[in-house]
Amino acid sequence: MNINCSCLKRAQPYLIGAAIGLLGVVTLLVADKPLGMSTAIAQTSGACAMPILGQETVAANAYWSKKAVPRWDYSTLFLLGSGLGALAAALLSRSFHWETVPSVWRERFGSSVPLRMAAAFAGGFLILFGARMADGCTSGHGIAGTMQLAVSSWTFFLVMFVSGVATAMLMFKTKK
Amino acid sequence: MIAFISGNDALLMAVIFGSIFGALLHFGGVTRYNTIVRQFLFQDFTVLKIMFTAIVVGGAAIAILQPMGLVNLHVKPALMPGVIYGALIFGVGMVLYGYCPGTAVAATASGSLHAAFGFLGMIAGGIAYALSYPWITEKLFTWGKLGKISLPEISGVPAPAWVLLLAVVAGVVYWLIETKGPRTTEHEPCGTCCQKEGDH
Repeated sequence: MNINCSCLKRAQPYLIGAAIGLLGVVTLLVADKPLGMSTAIAQTSGACAMPILGQETVAANAYWSKKAVPRWDYSTLFLLGSGLGALAAALLSRSFHWETVPSVWRERFGSSVPLRMAAAFAGGFLILFGARMADGCTSGHGIAGTMQLAVSSWTFFLVMFVSGVATAMLMFKTKK
Repeated sequence: MIAFISGNDALLMAVIFGSIFGALLHFGGVTRYNTIVRQFLFQDFTVLKIMFTAIVVGGAAIAILQPMGLVNLHVKPALMPGVIYGALIFGVGMVLYGYCPGTAVAATASGSLHAAFGFLGMIAGGIAYALSYPWITEKLFTWGKLGKISLPEISGVPAPAWVLLLAVVAGVVYWLIETKGPRTTEHEPCGTCCQKEGDH
């Protein structure tokens, strides 16, 4: 089945972007909460650290006790909702699929699963460390902060993009 | 504080708002590693289109609602070493991982196993940050504390003018992308289709 969807497909990113922008305003209007994701993951990391480091260590830590308290609150429930919403969207649109090594990665680095998983782990480590250092990620700074015209968020957005482009060029554009 | 809901109602709304966000990320195609990495290679502009449209639409709505007293601003402090070093680290990680925190959660839920493995990396990164937090705040956050400042405040140019400027920039960039940019090949299958043939 090959239906021509070109005009809707071309409009899709703009429509989705507009909807995300409106969502970011509705959450401010209704709940007084900007969009954000990385705080919730830092909160989750505190919960995961409890069995490893001990409850006292986590409770005594300046970051987990003040900035990212491990508990169910607006931020962590928003994270849970994001997972549920994406799962529902994937199932309803029949686009749920298991993926281990994406094609762009495979063309450059081969189909080794451990290599891809190691890169994903290292990348995940870096984005959360970087996001907490900057006090926001592509959601909190990149969308919610930039629409409020925050100096911090525009700085983050531009520096992150330049860093990402440089990394991508080094990883994917250099000769093998 | 102005908020129509709070307490337990806000917690329910958190799940609902989160679900909408996750679904939009998925339908936008940004739960795909390829879409995100190709943005940084300038081969696919989906990420830029989504983010910049969100910023302009949201910015316009805030510029209208904020003077009416209907929304509070939540401007994050411009602690420059944190923002700059953090963003540099984040950019490297985002290309290695192929996701940012929000899209990683949504991608994990739509079947990306490497996104799920990277989620464990994010947990480890969160633990590492919390443990190094006292050292970082003491040694690195020693300069560039500009506070919760916004572009209108430092420039003297009012917020609506900034939003208008961003809208014009977005319009020009979108026009360039659509006329001269790469043809993107990967898309989510769309349920409803246009009857008439689009160009090309």
